[in-house]
Amino acid sequence: MAVAAAVRAADSDPEPQRPARGGQQGGLGRFIGYRLVAGLGTLVFVLLFNFFLFRMLPGDPAARYRAVKSISPADLAKIRDELTAPLPQQFVAYLKDPLALDGISSWKGQPVWDLVQGRAWPTLVLLGATTIVAVVIGVWIGIKAGWNRGSRFDKVSTAVTLLFYATPEFWLGLLLILLFSTGIGFFPGIFPSGGVIDSGIDPLSFEGITSIADHTVLPAVALAAVYLAEYSLIMRASMVDELGQDYLMTARAKGMMDHMVRRRHAVPNASLPTITLIFLNIGFIIGGAITVETVFSYPGLGLLTFEAVSEQDYVLMQALFLVFTMSVIVFNIIADIVIAVIDPRIRT
Amino acid sequence: MSDVAALELRDVHVTYRTREGPVPAVRGVDLSVFAGEVVGVAGESGCGKSTIVSTILRLFPASATVTGEVLLDGENVLTMRWGRMRAVRWGVASVVFQGALHSLNPIQRIGTQLVEPIFLHDKLATDNSAATKVRTLLEQVGLPARHADAYPHQLSGGQKQRVMIALALACDPQVLICDEPTTALDVMVQAQILELLIGIARERSMAMLLISHDLSVLGTSCDRVAVMYAGRIIEHGPARAVFDWPEHPYTRALSSAFPTIGDAASRYAPSGLPGDPPFPGDLPSGCPFHPRCPSALPVCPTVDVKLLPAGPGRTAACVLVDQSVPTR
Repeated sequence: MAVAAAVRAADSDPEPQRPARGGQQGGLGRFIGYRLVAGLGTLVFVLLFNFFLFRMLPGDPAARYRAVKSISPADLAKIRDELTAPLPQQFVAYLKDPLALDGISSWKGQPVWDLVQGRAWPTLVLLGATTIVAVVIGVWIGIKAGWNRGSRFDKVSTAVTLLFYATPEFWLGLLLILLFSTGIGFFPGIFPSGGVIDSGIDPLSFEGITSIADHTVLPAVALAAVYLAEYSLIMRASMVDELGQDYLMTARAKGMMDHMVRRRHAVPNASLPTITLIFLNIGFIIGGAITVETVFSYPGLGLLTFEAVSEQDYVLMQALFLVFTMSVIVFNIIADIVIAVIDPRIRT
Repeated sequence: MSDVAALELRDVHVTYRTREGPVPAVRGVDLSVFAGEVVGVAGESGCGKSTIVSTILRLFPASATVTGEVLLDGENVLTMRWGRMRAVRWGVASVVFQGALHSLNPIQRIGTQLVEPIFLHDKLATDNSAATKVRTLLEQVGLPARHADAYPHQLSGGQKQRVMIALALACDPQVLICDEPTTALDVMVQAQILELLIGIARERSMAMLLISHDLSVLGTSCDRVAVMYAGRIIEHGPARAVFDWPEHPYTRALSSAFPTIGDAASRYAPSGLPGDPPFPGDLPSGCPFHPRCPSALPVCPTVDVKLLPAGPGRTAACVLVDQSVPTR
């Protein structure tokens, strides 16, 4: 024991970092600040990228404005002049209004941001419904299947979710329209197959809300099925990784019940990858519901994108691209912050 | 010392069901630890010593079949109802796990993890009493109380193992099981942690089971030592005597595998054993140690020797034992 005593006197057990409450919060604040700055940098890059992207696209943007009645031949000539000016000059003009705030749609002849605004809320409704359903059910299945790996529930749910994960959402949408909108055999055609609300109803009235729900069910199911599958598969994989963790053995040895070990120790750790994925997907769904919105003629941003591309409405596309980029950047930042709040290892 | 052992294993067998067939990891172990006593278990990897730990709190996987009796204060753990089992876990016996680096939840504060068993086992605990207890526990293991606010990744390996010890003491158990508590720590810290553990066990008159592969450590710090090979105890007796005058050839090899501090000669003559420990699913006939034994006799592959008396308070499972009359 003399050796041990000498060793203790030498105190070879160093303190790598001095933990303190204040330091923790400061770490998180600094982390958020850093992420915001990085996000802003990405946005600037995207704005520059958009300038060149739209100048590489084919077609005659000015010609599209001929269909717009309100535009005078003089204005049309001006637009053409702007578009044929040397690139540096165009770039200066672009920098004056990179967000296309004054942009007029060549397809509708309206300010583009009015169009985007009018189409944003259906997409948000669809996104909200999809995300809630997919997250709640997907994560629940993933937890249950991963925790009881090899059980019958695990085998069945993994097979089903893999099937859904491999299914294209627009194809599922077509199937849903056939079964529940058109109706075939004993399947009732009870849901509408287009639009977001019956015409002439106030969206904020009770009738309006039920009508919106009616129109949103099928596209939401089509989207949710795919995302639910993704969440449950990722959550299951993370839970399986957790099963072998030493701290779960510690928790069990403490005398905790199985469901407490799962809820307090396994799920919080296992949820980190899924949380990242959920927020990234929210950012993508805002722009990525193009196929589902098109199949269901659901008048959201996805359908608007489809229309803008069909009509070669470059100004509208520019605004939509900006919305999609912003949503991806913003939700990326949110994902990083949420993860940093949960996992202390990230923020130090 | 009461006559009922705080921890007693009676003819414990553990068999794992695997795809390749049943694997007997523990084959009939008898061992008892009384209050105030530190008992060491030594052996190579795969000899079944960690499997024994898993039987004490019934933490073995579903693929394991356990027979025999594991008695905690006279109560058989293996036949307990689950509610009682959960109360016994950490309340009567607690474990300092090996691999301190991963035994703490990385995203919870130290304090949160220390408080958890207190609330679980003491229904009368309040936030205040639990916080006081956490402070006391941390101070007992030589950590400042402010470490309760730290996360595991902010602590060094030695500090984490101190937290694990504090955690094991949280509910004032009678039995402390230490499963290679100093693995993955550097040598200087190992000595500190071991001294701390033994000091606490002696001070509180706990029954302590110390599992290690390092017989020299056990020899100097335990009261009694059991040496395991291929799922069985092959030598058992007072720690100092077993370490200094091993009876079983395996113990002899184990005790000379580590250089003796202060004996320069032993550092230049490191002696190990040829070969690997046998796979528990495919043990050699007779004495399972005979293929590696430096003093094997022709009878060894045919005779499976049980533990034989080998001096005062000592037993050993070797045909050579009855020939070497204990004179010391």
